[in-house]
Amino acid sequence: MFQKSPYIETFTRYFLGFWAVFTGFIFPLIIFLILFYESRLAIQKFGFLQFLTSTSWDPVRESFGALPMIAGTLISTFIAIIIAAPISIGIAIFITELAPSWLKGFVITCVELLAAIPSIIYGMWGFLILAEVMRNKVEPFLQTVLGPIPLIGKLFSGVPTGVDVLTTSLVLSIMIIPFMASVVKDAFNLVPSVMKESAYGLGATKWEVIKDVVIPYTASGIAGGLILSTGRALGETMAVAFLAGNVPQIPKSLLEPFTTITVALANQFTEADTPLYLSSLFYLSLILFIISFIILILAKLMVLRLEKRWKK
Amino acid sequence: MEKIRQLKRKFLNKLMLFLSLLAALYGLFWLFWILGVLCFNGFKYLSIELFTQDAGPPGLNIGGLRHAFVGHLIITILSTIIGIPIGLFAGIYYAEYGRNSKFFYVLKNITDVMVSTPSIIMGAVMYALLVIPLKHFNALAGALALAMLMVPVICVTTYEMLILVPFTLREAAYALGAYKWQIIKDIVLRSAKVGILTGIILGVARISGETAPLLFTAFSNNYLSFDIFKPMASLTVTIFNYTMSPYEYWHNQAWAASFCLTFFILILSLIAKFLIHYGNIFKNKR
Repeated sequence: MFQKSPYIETFTRYFLGFWAVFTGFIFPLIIFLILFYESRLAIQKFGFLQFLTSTSWDPVRESFGALPMIAGTLISTFIAIIIAAPISIGIAIFITELAPSWLKGFVITCVELLAAIPSIIYGMWGFLILAEVMRNKVEPFLQTVLGPIPLIGKLFSGVPTGVDVLTTSLVLSIMIIPFMASVVKDAFNLVPSVMKESAYGLGATKWEVIKDVVIPYTASGIAGGLILSTGRALGETMAVAFLAGNVPQIPKSLLEPFTTITVALANQFTEADTPLYLSSLFYLSLILFIISFIILILAKLMVLRLEKRWKK
Repeated sequence: MEKIRQLKRKFLNKLMLFLSLLAALYGLFWLFWILGVLCFNGFKYLSIELFTQDAGPPGLNIGGLRHAFVGHLIITILSTIIGIPIGLFAGIYYAEYGRNSKFFYVLKNITDVMVSTPSIIMGAVMYALLVIPLKHFNALAGALALAMLMVPVICVTTYEMLILVPFTLREAAYALGAYKWQIIKDIVLRSAKVGILTGIILGVARISGETAPLLFTAFSNNYLSFDIFKPMASLTVTIFNYTMSPYEYWHNQAWAASFCLTFFILILSLIAKFLIHYGNIFKNKR
Protein backbone atom coordinates (compact mmCIF):
# COMPACT_ATOMS: atom_id res chain seq x y z
CA MET A 1 0.00 0.00 0.00
CA PHE A 2 1.26 3.42 -0.92
CA GLN A 3 1.97 5.55 2.12
CA LYS A 4 1.31 9.26 1.59
CA SER A 5 2.09 10.50 5.07
CA PRO A 6 5.92 10.39 5.04
CA TYR A 7 5.96 12.43 1.83
CA ILE A 8 3.57 14.99 3.25
CA GLU A 9 5.82 15.05 6.31
CA THR A 10 8.92 15.94 4.27
CA PHE A 11 7.00 18.34 2.08
CA THR A 12 5.51 20.19 5.06
CA ARG A 13 8.89 20.48 6.70
CA TYR A 14 10.64 22.00 3.71
CA PHE A 15 7.70 24.10 2.62
CA LEU A 16 7.30 25.71 6.05
CA GLY A 17 11.07 25.91 6.38
CA PHE A 18 11.36 27.85 3.15
CA TRP A 19 8.91 30.51 4.30
CA ALA A 20 10.61 30.67 7.71
CA VAL A 21 13.98 31.34 6.07
CA PHE A 22 12.27 33.75 3.69
CA THR A 23 10.67 35.81 6.46
CA GLY A 24 13.66 35.95 8.76
CA PHE A 25 16.53 36.08 6.31
CA ILE A 26 15.81 36.42 2.57
CA PHE A 27 13.25 39.17 3.04
CA PRO A 28 15.46 41.59 5.02
CA LEU A 29 18.33 40.73 2.69
CA ILE A 30 16.23 41.49 -0.40
CA ILE A 31 15.26 44.86 1.06
CA PHE A 32 18.91 45.71 1.68
CA LEU A 33 20.11 44.52 -1.73
CA ILE A 34 17.39 46.30 -3.69
CA LEU A 35 17.94 49.58 -1.87
CA PHE A 36 21.69 49.21 -2.33
CA TYR A 37 21.34 48.39 -6.03
CA GLU A 38 18.97 51.27 -6.70
CA SER A 39 21.18 53.78 -4.90
CA ARG A 40 24.35 52.80 -6.81
CA LEU A 41 24.30 55.98 -8.93
CA ALA A 42 24.22 58.23 -5.90
CA ILE A 43 26.81 56.14 -4.06
CA GLN A 44 29.18 56.46 -7.03
CA LYS A 45 28.58 60.17 -7.40
CA PHE A 46 28.63 61.29 -3.78
CA GLY A 47 30.34 58.50 -1.89
CA PHE A 48 29.53 57.89 1.74
CA LEU A 49 31.03 60.73 3.77
CA GLN A 50 30.17 63.48 1.33
CA PHE A 51 26.54 62.39 1.16
CA LEU A 52 26.26 62.24 4.93
CA THR A 53 27.90 65.61 5.57
CA SER A 54 26.74 67.78 2.69
CA THR A 55 23.92 70.18 3.59
CA SER A 56 22.69 71.07 0.13
CA TRP A 57 19.64 69.29 -1.22
CA ASP A 58 19.05 70.88 -4.60
CA PRO A 59 17.21 68.79 -7.21
CA VAL A 60 17.67 71.48 -9.88
CA ARG A 61 21.46 71.47 -9.69
CA GLU A 62 21.51 67.75 -8.88
CA SER A 63 23.49 68.21 -5.73
CA PHE A 64 22.26 65.98 -2.94
CA GLY A 65 23.41 65.83 0.67
CA ALA A 66 21.58 64.05 3.44
CA LEU A 67 22.71 66.04 6.47
CA PRO A 68 19.57 68.21 6.83
CA MET A 69 17.33 65.13 6.72
CA ILE A 70 19.46 63.06 9.05
CA ALA A 71 19.80 65.97 11.48
CA GLY A 72 16.07 66.60 11.35
CA THR A 73 15.30 62.94 11.99
CA LEU A 74 17.70 62.75 14.93
CA ILE A 75 16.62 66.05 16.50
CA SER A 76 12.88 65.36 16.36
CA THR A 77 13.36 61.81 17.60
CA PHE A 78 15.61 62.95 20.44
CA ILE A 79 13.17 65.59 21.68
CA ALA A 80 10.26 63.16 21.38
CA ILE A 81 12.12 60.58 23.48
CA ILE A 82 12.97 63.17 26.12
CA ILE A 83 9.30 64.13 26.44
CA ALA A 84 8.00 60.57 26.26
CA ALA A 85 10.45 58.75 28.56
CA PRO A 86 9.45 60.14 31.98
CA ILE A 87 5.78 60.02 31.07
CA SER A 88 5.93 56.41 29.90
CA ILE A 89 7.75 55.35 33.05
CA GLY A 90 5.14 57.25 35.06
CA ILE A 91 2.32 55.45 33.24
CA ALA A 92 4.03 52.09 33.80
CA ILE A 93 4.41 52.84 37.53
CA PHE A 94 0.77 53.87 37.68
CA ILE A 95 -0.39 50.68 35.98
CA THR A 96 1.79 48.20 37.86
CA GLU A 97 2.00 49.68 41.35
CA LEU A 98 -0.72 52.20 41.88
CA ALA A 99 -3.95 51.60 40.01
CA PRO A 100 -6.74 49.53 41.55
CA SER A 101 -7.52 46.56 39.34
CA TRP A 102 -10.66 48.01 37.75
CA LEU A 103 -8.78 51.13 36.67
CA LYS A 104 -5.76 49.12 35.54
CA GLY A 105 -7.62 47.43 32.67
CA PHE A 106 -9.11 50.74 31.60
CA VAL A 107 -5.77 52.54 31.47
CA ILE A 108 -4.09 49.63 29.67
CA THR A 109 -6.86 49.57 27.07
CA CYS A 110 -6.62 53.33 26.58
CA VAL A 111 -2.88 53.17 26.07
CA GLU A 112 -3.35 50.35 23.57
CA LEU A 113 -5.95 52.38 21.69
CA LEU A 114 -3.51 55.29 21.56
CA ALA A 115 -1.10 52.91 19.83
CA ALA A 116 -3.77 51.68 17.43
CA ILE A 117 -4.73 55.09 16.04
CA PRO A 118 -3.18 55.30 12.55
CA SER A 119 -0.34 57.75 12.17
CA ILE A 120 -2.16 59.66 9.45
CA ILE A 121 -4.84 60.56 11.99
CA TYR A 122 -2.18 61.96 14.34
CA GLY A 123 -0.82 63.95 11.43
CA MET A 124 -4.19 65.27 10.35
CA TRP A 125 -5.24 66.18 13.88
CA GLY A 126 -1.84 67.76 14.46
CA PHE A 127 -2.04 69.77 11.26
CA LEU A 128 -5.63 70.97 11.51
CA ILE A 129 -6.08 71.26 15.29
CA LEU A 130 -2.88 71.12 17.33
CA ALA A 131 -0.76 73.31 15.04
CA GLU A 132 -3.29 76.12 15.45
CA VAL A 133 -3.26 75.81 19.25
CA MET A 134 0.53 75.74 19.24
CA ARG A 135 0.76 78.79 16.97
CA ASN A 136 -1.75 80.95 18.82
CA LYS A 137 -1.36 79.88 22.44
CA VAL A 138 1.51 77.61 23.42
CA GLU A 139 4.39 78.95 21.37
CA PRO A 140 3.88 82.68 22.11
CA PHE A 141 3.51 81.70 25.77
CA LEU A 142 6.78 79.74 25.71
CA GLN A 143 8.47 82.68 24.00
CA THR A 144 7.41 85.17 26.66
CA VAL A 145 8.30 82.84 29.53
CA LEU A 146 11.52 81.26 28.27
CA GLY A 147 12.58 83.88 25.72
CA PRO A 148 14.51 86.18 28.10
CA ILE A 149 16.63 83.31 29.48
CA PRO A 150 19.96 83.17 27.63
CA LEU A 151 20.70 79.98 25.62
CA ILE A 152 17.28 78.45 26.24
CA GLY A 153 15.63 81.57 24.88
CA LYS A 154 17.46 81.12 21.61
CA LEU A 155 15.75 77.75 21.13
CA PHE A 156 12.42 79.56 21.04
CA SER A 157 13.32 82.41 18.72
CA GLY A 158 11.55 82.96 15.43
CA VAL A 159 7.95 83.39 14.33
CA PRO A 160 5.57 80.81 15.81
CA THR A 161 4.00 78.95 12.90
CA GLY A 162 2.82 75.73 14.55
CA VAL A 163 4.45 73.76 11.74
CA ASP A 164 7.89 73.23 13.26
CA VAL A 165 10.23 71.07 15.30
CA LEU A 166 8.36 71.55 18.57
CA THR A 167 4.92 70.47 17.33
CA THR A 168 6.39 67.55 15.39
CA SER A 169 8.30 66.29 18.41
CA LEU A 170 5.25 66.68 20.63
CA VAL A 171 3.07 64.60 18.30
CA LEU A 172 5.86 62.05 17.86
CA SER A 173 6.16 61.77 21.64
CA ILE A 174 2.42 61.09 21.96
CA MET A 175 2.75 58.38 19.34
CA ILE A 176 5.64 56.56 21.02
CA ILE A 177 4.35 56.78 24.60
CA PRO A 178 2.21 53.62 24.16
CA PHE A 179 5.13 51.52 22.88
CA MET A 180 7.50 52.69 25.56
CA ALA A 181 4.93 52.39 28.34
CA SER A 182 4.01 48.84 27.35
CA VAL A 183 7.63 47.63 27.21
CA VAL A 184 8.42 49.28 30.56
CA LYS A 185 5.22 47.89 32.07
CA ASP A 186 6.10 44.35 30.91
CA ALA A 187 9.59 44.76 32.39
CA PHE A 188 8.14 45.96 35.72
CA ASN A 189 5.90 42.90 35.80
CA LEU A 190 8.98 40.66 35.59
CA VAL A 191 10.31 41.83 38.97
CA PRO A 192 9.80 38.95 41.43
CA SER A 193 7.40 40.07 44.14
CA VAL A 194 9.71 38.57 46.80
CA MET A 195 12.24 41.29 46.03
CA LYS A 196 9.67 44.03 46.38
CA GLU A 197 8.22 42.50 49.53
CA SER A 198 11.60 42.25 51.20
CA ALA A 199 12.14 45.95 50.59
CA TYR A 200 8.70 46.74 52.00
CA GLY A 201 9.61 44.56 54.97
CA LEU A 202 12.57 46.83 55.68
CA GLY A 203 10.17 49.76 55.87
CA ALA A 204 10.69 51.28 52.45
CA THR A 205 8.00 53.50 50.95
CA LYS A 206 6.43 52.64 47.61
CA TRP A 207 8.55 55.18 45.77
CA GLU A 208 11.74 53.85 47.41
CA VAL A 209 10.82 50.34 46.31
CA ILE A 210 10.29 51.58 42.75
CA LYS A 211 13.45 53.69 42.74
CA ASP A 212 15.83 51.25 44.45
CA VAL A 213 14.43 47.82 43.53
CA VAL A 214 12.17 47.90 40.49
CA ILE A 215 14.02 50.39 38.29
CA PRO A 216 17.57 49.02 38.83
CA TYR A 217 16.26 45.49 38.30
CA THR A 218 14.58 46.41 35.03
CA ALA A 219 17.17 48.90 33.77
CA SER A 220 17.95 46.96 30.61
CA GLY A 221 14.25 46.55 29.89
CA ILE A 222 13.67 50.27 30.25
CA ALA A 223 16.65 51.00 28.03
CA GLY A 224 15.31 48.47 25.51
CA GLY A 225 11.93 50.20 25.55
CA LEU A 226 13.58 53.57 25.01
CA ILE A 227 15.60 52.32 22.08
CA LEU A 228 12.66 50.44 20.59
CA SER A 229 10.61 53.62 20.55
CA THR A 230 13.58 55.48 19.09
CA GLY A 231 13.45 53.03 16.20
CA ARG A 232 9.72 53.63 15.83
CA ALA A 233 10.06 57.39 15.93
CA LEU A 234 12.85 57.39 13.34
CA GLY A 235 10.66 55.68 10.79
CA GLU A 236 7.48 57.62 11.49
CA THR A 237 6.33 59.21 8.26
CA MET A 238 2.82 60.54 7.99
CA ALA A 239 2.50 62.51 11.22
CA VAL A 240 5.83 64.16 10.52
CA ALA A 241 4.98 64.80 6.86
CA PHE A 242 2.09 67.02 7.94
CA LEU A 243 3.95 68.92 10.63
CA ALA A 244 7.59 69.27 9.63
CA GLY A 245 7.09 71.89 6.94
CA ASN A 246 9.43 70.08 4.54
CA VAL A 247 12.20 72.68 4.37
CA PRO A 248 15.60 71.02 3.88
CA GLN A 249 17.54 72.97 6.50
CA ILE A 250 19.10 72.17 9.84
CA PRO A 251 16.77 73.85 12.36
CA LYS A 252 18.46 76.38 14.63
CA SER A 253 15.45 76.91 16.86
CA LEU A 254 12.54 74.75 17.93
CA LEU A 255 10.15 77.01 16.03
CA GLU A 256 11.69 76.51 12.60
CA PRO A 257 10.35 74.18 9.89
CA PHE A 258 12.61 71.29 8.94
CA THR A 259 12.52 67.94 7.21
CA THR A 260 13.33 64.33 7.99
CA ILE A 261 14.42 61.35 5.92
CA THR A 262 10.91 59.96 5.85
CA VAL A 263 9.31 63.28 4.91
CA ALA A 264 11.79 63.77 2.08
CA LEU A 265 10.95 60.28 0.79
CA ALA A 266 7.19 60.75 1.12
CA ASN A 267 7.14 64.10 -0.65
CA GLN A 268 9.75 63.61 -3.34
CA PHE A 269 9.48 60.03 -4.55
CA THR A 270 6.64 60.89 -6.90
CA GLU A 271 8.42 63.91 -8.35
CA ALA A 272 11.92 62.52 -8.81
CA ASP A 273 12.48 63.04 -12.53
CA THR A 274 16.16 62.26 -13.05
CA PRO A 275 17.94 58.95 -12.34
CA LEU A 276 20.36 60.62 -9.93
CA TYR A 277 17.53 62.26 -7.98
CA LEU A 278 15.69 58.94 -7.65
CA SER A 279 18.90 57.17 -6.75
CA SER A 280 19.63 59.69 -3.99
CA LEU A 281 16.18 59.03 -2.55
CA PHE A 282 16.91 55.31 -2.52
CA TYR A 283 20.22 56.11 -0.83
CA LEU A 284 18.28 57.99 1.84
CA SER A 285 15.99 55.02 2.41
CA LEU A 286 19.00 52.71 2.61
CA ILE A 287 20.48 54.92 5.34
CA LEU A 288 17.15 54.96 7.19
CA PHE A 289 16.86 51.19 6.92
CA ILE A 290 20.37 50.61 8.28
CA ILE A 291 20.01 53.10 11.14
CA SER A 292 16.66 51.74 12.27
CA PHE A 293 17.75 48.12 11.86
CA ILE A 294 20.82 48.63 14.06
CA ILE A 295 18.85 50.53 16.69
CA LEU A 296 16.10 47.93 16.81
CA ILE A 297 18.61 45.07 17.11
CA LEU A 298 20.20 46.89 20.05
CA ALA A 299 16.79 47.25 21.70
CA LYS A 300 16.05 43.58 21.10
CA LEU A 301 19.36 42.50 22.66
CA MET A 302 18.68 44.56 25.77
CA VAL A 303 15.21 43.16 26.27
CA LEU A 304 16.52 39.62 25.67
CA ARG A 305 19.17 40.16 28.34
CA LEU A 306 16.55 41.07 30.88
CA GLU A 307 14.44 38.05 29.99
CA LYS A 308 17.43 35.74 30.27
CA ARG A 309 18.21 37.03 33.74
CA TRP A 310 14.63 36.52 34.77
CA LYS A 311 14.59 32.92 33.55
CA LYS A 312 17.65 31.91 35.60
CA MET B 1 15.36 65.09 63.33
CA GLU B 2 14.30 61.51 62.62
CA LYS B 3 10.71 62.66 62.37
CA ILE B 4 11.55 65.28 59.74
CA ARG B 5 13.39 62.69 57.67
CA GLN B 6 10.43 60.36 57.80
CA LEU B 7 8.05 63.15 56.84
CA LYS B 8 10.33 63.95 53.93
CA ARG B 9 10.31 60.34 52.75
CA LYS B 10 6.55 60.14 53.03
CA PHE B 11 6.15 63.42 51.19
CA LEU B 12 8.48 62.33 48.39
CA ASN B 13 6.56 59.07 48.10
CA LYS B 14 3.24 60.90 47.78
CA LEU B 15 4.72 63.39 45.32
CA MET B 16 6.17 60.76 42.99
CA LEU B 17 3.01 58.66 43.04
CA PHE B 18 1.01 61.78 42.29
CA LEU B 19 3.33 62.52 39.36
CA SER B 20 2.78 59.02 37.98
CA LEU B 21 -0.97 59.58 38.24
CA LEU B 22 -0.47 62.81 36.28
CA ALA B 23 1.49 60.89 33.63
CA ALA B 24 -1.42 58.49 33.18
CA LEU B 25 -3.86 61.40 32.96
CA TYR B 26 -1.57 63.05 30.40
CA GLY B 27 -1.79 59.98 28.16
CA LEU B 28 -5.57 59.80 28.54
CA PHE B 29 -5.83 63.53 27.83
CA TRP B 30 -4.35 63.18 24.32
CA LEU B 31 -6.38 60.05 23.57
CA PHE B 32 -9.65 61.74 24.46
CA TRP B 33 -8.71 64.95 22.69
CA ILE B 34 -7.94 63.14 19.43
CA LEU B 35 -10.92 60.79 19.62
CA GLY B 36 -13.21 63.62 20.71
CA VAL B 37 -12.26 65.86 17.79
CA LEU B 38 -12.51 62.90 15.45
CA CYS B 39 -16.00 61.93 16.65
CA PHE B 40 -17.26 65.50 16.64
CA ASN B 41 -16.03 66.38 13.15
CA GLY B 42 -16.56 62.89 11.76
CA PHE B 43 -20.22 62.74 12.76
CA LYS B 44 -20.82 66.27 11.56
CA TYR B 45 -19.57 65.61 8.04
CA LEU B 46 -20.69 62.02 7.58
CA SER B 47 -23.16 61.81 4.70
CA ILE B 48 -24.64 59.39 2.22
CA GLU B 49 -22.77 61.02 -0.67
CA LEU B 50 -19.50 60.04 0.98
CA PHE B 51 -20.21 56.39 0.19
CA THR B 52 -22.12 56.70 -3.07
CA GLN B 53 -20.20 59.24 -5.15
CA ASP B 54 -16.72 59.52 -6.58
CA ALA B 55 -14.49 62.55 -6.07
CA GLY B 56 -15.79 65.86 -7.34
CA PRO B 57 -13.68 68.53 -9.05
CA PRO B 58 -11.52 70.55 -6.64
CA GLY B 59 -13.14 73.59 -5.13
CA LEU B 60 -16.74 72.50 -5.75
CA ASN B 61 -18.83 71.22 -2.90
CA ILE B 62 -19.86 67.95 -4.50
CA GLY B 63 -18.51 64.44 -4.62
CA GLY B 64 -17.74 61.65 -2.20
CA LEU B 65 -15.10 59.07 -1.51
CA ARG B 66 -16.62 55.87 -2.91
CA HIS B 67 -13.53 55.27 -5.05
CA ALA B 68 -11.26 55.53 -1.99
CA PHE B 69 -13.38 53.18 0.12
CA VAL B 70 -13.49 50.59 -2.67
CA GLY B 71 -9.78 50.98 -3.47
CA HIS B 72 -8.82 50.69 0.17
CA LEU B 73 -10.89 47.54 0.52
CA ILE B 74 -9.33 45.96 -2.58
CA ILE B 75 -5.76 46.78 -1.54
CA THR B 76 -6.32 45.60 2.04
CA ILE B 77 -7.97 42.33 1.00
CA LEU B 78 -5.28 41.62 -1.58
CA SER B 79 -2.44 42.22 0.86
CA THR B 80 -4.21 40.16 3.53
CA ILE B 81 -4.54 37.23 1.13
CA ILE B 82 -0.83 37.41 0.30
CA GLY B 83 0.44 38.24 3.76
CA ILE B 84 -1.45 35.83 6.01
CA PRO B 85 -0.22 32.48 4.59
CA ILE B 86 3.44 33.52 4.50
CA GLY B 87 3.34 34.85 8.05
CA LEU B 88 1.49 31.77 9.28
CA PHE B 89 3.88 29.31 7.58
CA ALA B 90 6.94 31.05 8.99
CA GLY B 91 5.44 31.34 12.46
CA ILE B 92 4.50 27.65 12.53
CA TYR B 93 8.01 26.65 11.49
CA TYR B 94 9.68 28.81 14.13
CA ALA B 95 7.46 27.35 16.84
CA GLU B 96 7.31 23.71 15.77
CA TYR B 97 10.60 22.92 14.07
CA GLY B 98 13.01 25.72 14.92
CA ARG B 99 12.50 25.94 18.65
CA ASN B 100 15.81 24.39 19.64
CA SER B 101 17.85 25.67 16.75
CA LYS B 102 20.16 28.64 17.24
CA PHE B 103 19.82 29.63 13.59
CA PHE B 104 16.06 29.92 13.71
CA TYR B 105 16.24 31.66 17.08
CA VAL B 106 18.26 34.39 15.38
CA LEU B 107 15.87 34.48 12.42
CA LYS B 108 12.90 34.78 14.77
CA ASN B 109 14.49 37.76 16.48
CA ILE B 110 15.25 39.38 13.14
CA THR B 111 11.57 38.94 12.28
CA ASP B 112 10.77 40.67 15.58
CA VAL B 113 12.93 43.57 14.47
CA MET B 114 11.26 43.66 11.05
CA VAL B 115 7.92 44.34 12.77
CA SER B 116 9.16 47.83 13.60
CA THR B 117 10.94 48.61 10.34
CA PRO B 118 9.84 51.97 8.91
CA SER B 119 6.89 51.23 6.65
CA ILE B 120 8.01 53.72 4.02
CA ILE B 121 10.98 51.44 3.27
CA MET B 122 8.56 48.76 2.02
CA GLY B 123 7.11 51.37 -0.30
CA ALA B 124 10.56 52.22 -1.65
CA VAL B 125 11.37 48.55 -2.22
CA MET B 126 8.11 47.89 -4.04
CA TYR B 127 8.64 51.04 -6.08
CA ALA B 128 11.92 49.55 -7.29
CA LEU B 129 10.44 46.07 -7.84
CA LEU B 130 7.10 46.81 -9.47
CA VAL B 131 6.61 50.48 -10.30
CA ILE B 132 9.85 51.07 -12.21
CA PRO B 133 9.51 47.93 -14.41
CA LEU B 134 5.79 48.59 -15.15
CA LYS B 135 6.53 52.32 -15.72
CA HIS B 136 3.50 53.53 -13.79
CA PHE B 137 2.04 53.37 -10.29
CA ASN B 138 -0.08 50.30 -9.64
CA ALA B 139 -2.26 48.96 -6.86
CA LEU B 140 -0.51 45.58 -6.87
CA ALA B 141 2.74 47.19 -5.69
CA GLY B 142 0.83 48.87 -2.87
CA ALA B 143 -0.82 45.63 -1.84
CA LEU B 144 2.51 43.79 -1.86
CA ALA B 145 4.16 46.52 0.22
CA LEU B 146 1.38 46.18 2.80
CA ALA B 147 1.65 42.38 2.68
CA MET B 148 5.36 42.62 3.41
CA LEU B 149 4.52 44.79 6.42
CA MET B 150 1.99 42.28 7.62
CA VAL B 151 4.10 39.11 7.34
CA PRO B 152 6.37 39.78 10.37
CA VAL B 153 3.41 40.85 12.54
CA ILE B 154 1.47 37.65 11.82
CA CYS B 155 4.60 35.50 12.06
CA VAL B 156 5.50 36.80 15.52
CA THR B 157 1.99 36.54 16.97
CA THR B 158 1.52 33.05 15.52
CA TYR B 159 4.81 31.96 17.08
CA GLU B 160 3.81 33.38 20.43
CA MET B 161 0.43 31.68 20.37
CA LEU B 162 1.84 28.29 19.32
CA ILE B 163 4.44 28.12 22.08
CA LEU B 164 1.62 28.54 24.58
CA VAL B 165 0.15 25.18 23.53
CA PRO B 166 1.24 22.72 26.25
CA PHE B 167 3.90 20.26 25.11
CA THR B 168 2.07 17.33 26.71
CA LEU B 169 -0.68 17.68 24.10
CA ARG B 170 1.88 17.12 21.34
CA GLU B 171 3.49 14.24 23.21
CA ALA B 172 0.13 12.53 23.59
CA ALA B 173 -0.33 12.64 19.83
CA TYR B 174 3.22 11.41 19.21
CA ALA B 175 2.48 8.45 21.49
CA LEU B 176 -0.45 7.55 19.23
CA GLY B 177 1.96 7.45 16.30
CA ALA B 178 0.91 10.69 14.60
CA TYR B 179 3.14 12.40 12.07
CA LYS B 180 4.34 15.89 12.82
CA TRP B 181 2.20 17.45 10.09
CA GLN B 182 -0.83 15.73 11.55
CA ILE B 183 0.04 17.09 14.97
CA ILE B 184 0.43 20.61 13.58
CA LYS B 185 -2.86 20.38 11.69
CA ASP B 186 -5.00 18.61 14.25
CA ILE B 187 -3.50 19.51 17.63
CA VAL B 188 -1.43 22.65 17.56
CA LEU B 189 -3.36 24.80 15.11
CA ARG B 190 -6.68 23.66 16.50
CA SER B 191 -5.85 24.57 20.07
CA ALA B 192 -4.22 27.87 19.12
CA LYS B 193 -6.84 28.99 16.62
CA VAL B 194 -8.19 31.85 18.72
CA GLY B 195 -4.67 33.18 19.18
CA ILE B 196 -3.90 32.93 15.50
CA LEU B 197 -7.13 34.70 14.63
CA THR B 198 -6.09 37.46 17.02
CA GLY B 199 -2.77 37.77 15.23
CA ILE B 200 -4.51 38.05 11.87
CA ILE B 201 -6.88 40.73 13.18
CA LEU B 202 -3.94 42.70 14.60
CA GLY B 203 -2.13 42.38 11.28
CA VAL B 204 -5.14 43.70 9.36
CA ALA B 205 -5.51 46.54 11.86
CA ARG B 206 -1.86 47.40 11.40
CA ILE B 207 -1.96 47.62 7.62
CA SER B 208 -5.34 49.26 7.15
CA GLY B 209 -4.07 52.47 8.69
CA GLU B 210 -0.83 52.61 6.72
CA THR B 211 -0.25 55.49 4.34
CA ALA B 212 3.46 55.76 3.73
CA PRO B 213 3.96 52.56 1.67
CA LEU B 214 1.00 53.49 -0.56
CA LEU B 215 2.08 57.04 -1.40
CA PHE B 216 4.30 56.06 -4.27
CA THR B 217 3.13 52.54 -5.05
CA ALA B 218 -0.67 52.55 -5.36
CA PHE B 219 -0.66 56.36 -5.62
CA SER B 220 -4.17 57.75 -6.02
CA ASN B 221 -6.85 58.53 -8.56
CA ASN B 222 -10.24 60.19 -8.64
CA TYR B 223 -12.54 57.57 -10.06
CA LEU B 224 -13.75 54.08 -9.29
CA SER B 225 -11.20 51.57 -10.53
CA PHE B 226 -10.86 47.81 -10.21
CA ASP B 227 -7.66 47.39 -12.24
CA ILE B 228 -4.84 46.40 -9.92
CA PHE B 229 -2.23 47.27 -12.54
CA LYS B 230 -3.33 50.91 -12.53
CA PRO B 231 -3.08 53.54 -9.79
CA MET B 232 -5.82 53.11 -7.19
CA ALA B 233 -7.10 55.47 -4.53
CA SER B 234 -6.93 54.43 -0.89
CA LEU B 235 -8.58 56.09 2.08
CA THR B 236 -5.34 56.98 3.79
CA VAL B 237 -3.64 58.58 0.80
CA THR B 238 -6.85 60.42 -0.02
CA ILE B 239 -7.06 61.72 3.54
CA PHE B 240 -3.46 62.93 3.19
CA ASN B 241 -4.11 64.72 -0.12
CA TYR B 242 -7.41 66.22 1.02
CA THR B 243 -5.99 67.51 4.30
CA MET B 244 -3.09 69.17 2.51
CA SER B 245 -5.48 70.81 0.01
CA PRO B 246 -6.83 74.32 0.64
CA TYR B 247 -10.51 73.36 0.18
CA GLU B 248 -12.82 73.35 3.18
CA TYR B 249 -15.11 70.73 1.64
CA TRP B 250 -12.19 68.32 1.17
CA HIS B 251 -11.08 68.87 4.77
CA ASN B 252 -14.56 67.93 5.93
CA GLN B 253 -14.55 64.80 3.82
CA ALA B 254 -11.13 63.89 5.17
CA TRP B 255 -12.54 64.16 8.71
CA ALA B 256 -15.43 61.87 7.87
CA ALA B 257 -13.13 59.35 6.20
CA SER B 258 -10.69 59.42 9.15
CA PHE B 259 -13.61 58.83 11.49
CA CYS B 260 -14.66 55.68 9.58
CA LEU B 261 -11.08 54.41 9.27
CA THR B 262 -10.08 55.02 12.89
CA PHE B 263 -13.14 53.39 14.34
CA PHE B 264 -12.78 50.41 12.04
CA ILE B 265 -9.22 49.97 13.34
CA LEU B 266 -10.07 50.63 16.99
CA ILE B 267 -12.91 48.08 16.84
CA LEU B 268 -10.53 45.52 15.30
CA SER B 269 -8.03 46.16 18.12
CA LEU B 270 -10.72 45.82 20.76
CA ILE B 271 -11.93 42.54 19.21
CA ALA B 272 -8.34 41.25 19.25
CA LYS B 273 -7.97 42.26 22.89
CA PHE B 274 -11.25 40.60 23.78
CA LEU B 275 -10.20 37.41 21.97
CA ILE B 276 -6.92 37.24 23.89
CA HIS B 277 -8.82 37.67 27.14
CA TYR B 278 -11.46 35.14 26.15
CA GLY B 279 -8.81 32.66 25.02
CA ASN B 280 -7.05 32.88 28.38
CA ILE B 281 -10.23 32.27 30.36
CA PHE B 282 -10.91 29.29 28.12
CA LYS B 283 -7.46 27.87 28.78
CA ASN B 284 -7.62 28.28 32.55
CA LYS B 285 -10.98 26.52 32.74
CA ARG B 286 -9.62 23.56 30.88
